[in-house]
Amino acid sequence: MALLQIAEPGLSAAPHEHRLAIGIDLGTTNSLVATVRSGETAVIEDEAGRALLPSVVRYMHGDSPEVGYEAQLRQSDDPHNTIVSVKRFMGRGLKDVPGAAATPYRFVDAPGMVRLETRAGVKSPVEVSSEILKVLRSRAEAALGGELTGAVITVPAYFDDAQRQATKDAARLAGLNVLRLLNEPTAAAIAYGLDNASEGTFCIYDLGGGTFDVSILRLRQGIFEVVATNGDSALGGDDFDERIARWATEQGKVAELQVTDARLLLSLARKAKETLTDNDSARITAALASGQELDLTLSAETFFELTADLIAKTLAPTRRALRDAGLGVEDIDGVVLVGGSTRMRHVRSAVGEFFEREPLTNLDPDKVVALGAAMQANLLAGNRKADDWLLLDVIPLSLGLETMGGLAEKVIPRNATIPVARAQDFTTFKDGQTAMSIHVVQGERELVSDCRSLARFELRGIPPMVAGAARIRVSFQVDADGLLSVSAMEQTSGVQATIEVKPSYGLSDDEIAGMLQDSYTNAQRDIESRNLREQRVDGLRLIEATQAALDQDGARLLSDVERISIERAMETLRVLLNQSDYGAIKRASESLNRATAKFAARRMDASIQSALSGKRLDALEA
Amino acid sequence: MAITLSENAAKRVQKFLDQRGKGIGLRLGVRTSGCSGMAYTLEFVDEAQPEDLAFESHGVTVLTDPKSLAFIDGTELDFVREGLNEGFKFNNPNVKNTCGCGESFNI
Ligand SMILES: Nc1ncnc2c1ncn2[C@@H]1O[C@H](COP(=O)(O)OP(=O)(O)OP(=O)(O)O)[C@@H](O)[C@H]1O
Ligand SMILES: [Mg+2]
Repeated sequence: MALLQIAEPGLSAAPHEHRLAIGIDLGTTNSLVATVRSGETAVIEDEAGRALLPSVVRYMHGDSPEVGYEAQLRQSDDPHNTIVSVKRFMGRGLKDVPGAAATPYRFVDAPGMVRLETRAGVKSPVEVSSEILKVLRSRAEAALGGELTGAVITVPAYFDDAQRQATKDAARLAGLNVLRLLNEPTAAAIAYGLDNASEGTFCIYDLGGGTFDVSILRLRQGIFEVVATNGDSALGGDDFDERIARWATEQGKVAELQVTDARLLLSLARKAKETLTDNDSARITAALASGQELDLTLSAETFFELTADLIAKTLAPTRRALRDAGLGVEDIDGVVLVGGSTRMRHVRSAVGEFFEREPLTNLDPDKVVALGAAMQANLLAGNRKADDWLLLDVIPLSLGLETMGGLAEKVIPRNATIPVARAQDFTTFKDGQTAMSIHVVQGERELVSDCRSLARFELRGIPPMVAGAARIRVSFQVDADGLLSVSAMEQTSGVQATIEVKPSYGLSDDEIAGMLQDSYTNAQRDIESRNLREQRVDGLRLIEATQAALDQDGARLLSDVERISIERAMETLRVLLNQSDYGAIKRASESLNRATAKFAARRMDASIQSALSGKRLDALEA
Repeated sequence: MAITLSENAAKRVQKFLDQRGKGIGLRLGVRTSGCSGMAYTLEFVDEAQPEDLAFESHGVTVLTDPKSLAFIDGTELDFVREGLNEGFKFNNPNVKNTCGCGESFNI
């Protein structure tokens, strides 16, 4: 029997048509589901009253897998079949997963996305994630007493196309209707912005189990805008656990660590770490496979020393995000802490010191993201008036096209808010060109070879025209989930081609961070090589045009002496094009231009005369 | 003629109103639809309508329109928990049969 919830004025649903919507934080370490009931946003707990579901899946013989706490308990004694932190593998090839070698899994390198061999067969990260989502879905259905209308699922701001697509696929596999993917920090901002009616510029500092994300958001009259994002995909609470485990191994003079010992030590380390959040010391006792017994006491002070550099590592991306936003710490009106790891005292104090203010902590840091997602889901499902608030996200790295000479032309700049559509016109380079190949790239660098290739496709059937006459409009569209589609259309004939960009695997957070870093350090060199390439393209075009003119009218309009001097200037330029002095290329192009000035004038006169005599002008130009 | 809230329901409504940050009370209503004739509606109220009838129950203002009242007079609204699910339940003395779904009914 369905129980009723209080609706917004005028928004009561017809019976059996309740718009039950949920928000899911699909975390590396823990996942949660939340919903809005009678206007109240809350995390849905399991029968035992637990809000978190550890993102751990243990495959069994035949039966459906264990998910959550039970699976987590078996981590150390069944490491091959117990998948933890599967989020790291979403939409990634084996070579894109940092530290894959250190995990106990039996990887199968499949095209596009890595797969894991378990006793229940080979599983893709999408399937593993869908097991987690299935549990959250049935938890929500039990709590809401009906079928779900849809879900908002959060992803790290840095997730690329392939990772977002994989997340969507996992949700579909779990029988969820995805209303939208939402960036985690944006979800956190929603949770805080609405509950506290805050306005201003905020920094969202999210240190979870395995990832660090930092975002600068602007909230104005209920409108959220993400102005910059940055982070580190391989930094989180797990690293703090590892430090403690390593310390324990050294302190206990453990000679040889079995796989099961390593897992055991890590989970004991995590317990000790969490204990140190509210206590000044933690005891670690363990019986290792070798029979050795460990009994150690870790003080908070030692722990802080062991991990101080990890906290410092979060401040570098934080600085970069501020710089991208063109802001200083004094411009930040509030700092929001997200992620279980921001419970640690030394993290809080370091962040507070950096921003010279106390961070906001009044919402539970590990629930914030799910709460915000639930609010967004409630809105998208139609349970609130849509104009209540608006939400904007950004593109992490510029999207563009390869143009002549291997240069990257940006179509949508980095940090543009999504959804977004931009178009740019291009033309043909050669006379009679009937096809154009379109190469979609992502990155900040000037040269295509330094950017990430996302997709290639061809626009065919362009009617033959003189070089530069075709008008090819290339449109980029990024939807609200951050997924890109590109289409190209020749304007005069209407021929078109479209591609949905689904790279087999995309950019990792590290790659994004690395590419951004590169774009700054290489800015000068990039400008020089852009100059060189542009001069080369111009020079080549000039030679081709001159040659075409010579072939056509040289004999008719030039004396031998004139022709030879033009050919000499062409030859000089041709030689210089193979060298890398762009100044020299520029000068040679200019002198070729001067050498052909008279010739060009005569051709012009001739074409006017023939136009007057009834010939078509464009027949001469061709 | 009256509509009442159980003490538990009143507490919940007050809490939800507080969290919402605005609203003058709760509206109970009936509309025709659903598998056996009529359906309940339950909404926050920001503005009372001229024809509204108002009741006070455990400190919460309950509004309804005269047409609806004919069907739900004497109703006590309760807040209950069933397993993981929780929400409001209409105890309506006028109802002859419900469709078993709790959302629609016949008189
Ligand atoms: N009281 C505590 N003190 C210190 N650390 C804690 C505490 N509670 C939880 N954590 C740590 O928080 C981390 C999990 O955080 P959270 O649940 O936010 O991660 P996640 O969202 O699943 O991961 P990610 O953001 O990387 O996807 C774990 O490393 C856990 O040990
Ligand atoms: Mg998280």
